[in-house]
Amino acid sequence: MKKAAVSVLLAATLCAGLLVGCGSSSGSTASEETAQTETAESTDAAAETTETAEAAETTGEAGGVFKLGGTAPLTGAAAIYGNAVKNGAQIAVDEINAEGGAVQFELNYEDDENDPEKAVSAYNTLKDWGVQLSLGSVTTKPMEATSTENFADRIFALTPSASSTAVTEGKDNVFQMCFADPNQGTASADYIADQQLGTKIAIIYRSDDVYSDGIRQKFEEEAAAKGLEIVYSGAFTDATSNDFTVQLGEANAAGADLLFLPIYYQPASLILQQAKEKGYEFTYFGVDGMDGILTLEGFDTSLAEGVMLLTPFNADAEDERTQSFVQKYQEQFGEVPNQFAADAYDCVYAYKEAIEASGATADMTAEELCDLMIQTFPTLNFDGLTGDGITWDSTGAVSKSPKGMIIEGGKYVGL
Amino acid sequence: MTFLSYLISGISLGSVYAIIALGYTMVYGIAKMLNFAHGDIIMVGGYISFCTTSYLGLSPFISVIFAIIVCTALGVLTEKLAYKPLRSAPSLAVLITAIGVSYFLQNAALLIWGSSPKTFTSVVGSWSVKLFGEQLTISGTALVTVLACFVIMAALTLFTSKTKMGTAMRAVSEDKGAAQLMGINVNTTISVTFAIGSGLAAIAGVLLCSAYPTLMPTTGSMPGIKAFTAAVFGGIGSIPGAMLGGILLGIIEIFAKAYISTQLSDAVVFAVLIVVLIVKPDGLLGKHVNEKV
Repeated sequence: MKKAAVSVLLAATLCAGLLVGCGSSSGSTASEETAQTETAESTDAAAETTETAEAAETTGEAGGVFKLGGTAPLTGAAAIYGNAVKNGAQIAVDEINAEGGAVQFELNYEDDENDPEKAVSAYNTLKDWGVQLSLGSVTTKPMEATSTENFADRIFALTPSASSTAVTEGKDNVFQMCFADPNQGTASADYIADQQLGTKIAIIYRSDDVYSDGIRQKFEEEAAAKGLEIVYSGAFTDATSNDFTVQLGEANAAGADLLFLPIYYQPASLILQQAKEKGYEFTYFGVDGMDGILTLEGFDTSLAEGVMLLTPFNADAEDERTQSFVQKYQEQFGEVPNQFAADAYDCVYAYKEAIEASGATADMTAEELCDLMIQTFPTLNFDGLTGDGITWDSTGAVSKSPKGMIIEGGKYVGL
Repeated sequence: MTFLSYLISGISLGSVYAIIALGYTMVYGIAKMLNFAHGDIIMVGGYISFCTTSYLGLSPFISVIFAIIVCTALGVLTEKLAYKPLRSAPSLAVLITAIGVSYFLQNAALLIWGSSPKTFTSVVGSWSVKLFGEQLTISGTALVTVLACFVIMAALTLFTSKTKMGTAMRAVSEDKGAAQLMGINVNTTISVTFAIGSGLAAIAGVLLCSAYPTLMPTTGSMPGIKAFTAAVFGGIGSIPGAMLGGILLGIIEIFAKAYISTQLSDAVVFAVLIVVLIVKPDGLLGKHVNEKV
């Protein structure tokens, strides 16, 4: 009992501290206000109450400081993705807050170490913090766990990067900013057919991986519809992911000119190397799992020369928004942003647009916001870094046109 | 020609399995324990070689020597710390300990080198031999692997049959208690066995990573399991058997992929293994020892 009292007090002081930090700027959030009324007596920030109350009175017109939260692998094996997402979202939040519009955000990322159980406790930490709109989790497995919580708690989630269909399936309030896995297959087949990159296609995929196999199935369906000929389809599993000479030999014997690789970059690097050793020449086409091959330590990037991949974001794009984003990211974090950062950036702006379109205010509860977002997101037509005219259907899956990239001189270049 | 090309792929994959299997079979034959951490010592060998060439800029040859030294020390150390205290424990306890050591090594590698894969530069270089007017390519790595495999097998056979230590090893293998009564230091003999087995693991690691150049903390586990299979296939405890089993396993795996199904290759490999073990329960070259009552 005593312990609980102490922690309540601690939490109260923390909340108050937060308020002191940002309270003097125009609009504080409603949930902060509630937190504050509860703790007002014990804090020296009581004077702020009147101000925040005024801000909250503007119901009907979108506005206020919304609490955005997500879990991400900020440490551990998948930290590269988690930090990219956090940094990308932070840039968007900073931009929006600096503009000083009616809609403001407060961002909080909790570490989940790419572990579903830790993700749920990170999610609970965010819930205690009073998260109103969730950015879900970054990686698929944690997102599968936290999205169930989101669904049960009626907190709307928009994940920047968890791409499995299991994330959105059966949950009306979970949306994705990235392609669902199988859709990459469809998009790839369309792209290859439209750009006439090849006519005889061979596929090497990993049959014990839902990501790879899902993309392959959709790719084959769409390829058949588009009149692309698939001359060979070879599988491998985790246990046979070393030697690809047979698959490559068969693809070559079948006369394939394009090799579609719906796999991660690590086996792909072996495929590139073994094909070169054998002297086979294909046009290679990968999906977002291929993104990262150039940063593989010790990898001879000349092997990847001419490899094409579909990804929603291209850091070399000429448009002003991308360039300004890339520049800011480089200044603050010292590296070129990847698609995860861009997806997260878009998530924040999509929320802003949805809030403005629905007239949501920060004094609404997470549940009220959830209902509004569920209604609003399928009506949006959003232009972001990762595509123009992005739309969502009511299942939460996104529709956007991916951008083709080619590796030239050890760099990703837009096609 | 594609048949020949697949055969060569099979032999080169198989000789990697064979070198790993030699280490398994040495340790099993003499210490009568399955060292499941063998595959992870291979991984450590790969990382040591990678670090010495990439970070210290030393030549590939020195990196191999360095890897052998580190792995030998690691092998002897794990034997001293993890297996020796269990010498009189039931074999199941030792087996579980070996699995524990395996996980320990994997996680230690995860901490030290991180989980992102590294690309290994072949210590052999990137030359290759082209035959029949460039129709058939044999990579230098494959040639060196096959060659190394034969040399190691011959050296091990000579060592166990001609040297004093080798004789002691065979004696320990046949009857630990009797060997001790004859004045053989069983503990030293087993330590030497682990040293040789782990040194072989370092060579296997370097050659494995040269042939299939991605290096991750889990790099050694799957080849380790396959090599264990190869050792059983050839007759565990038999040095030529490990070699034969390894190469056959590689060839069957590649042919199953090429002529049956890429998805079923492992199922075919293990089906063959089961059939062989039904017909010859001690493996291809295994000796059948009658239990004396």
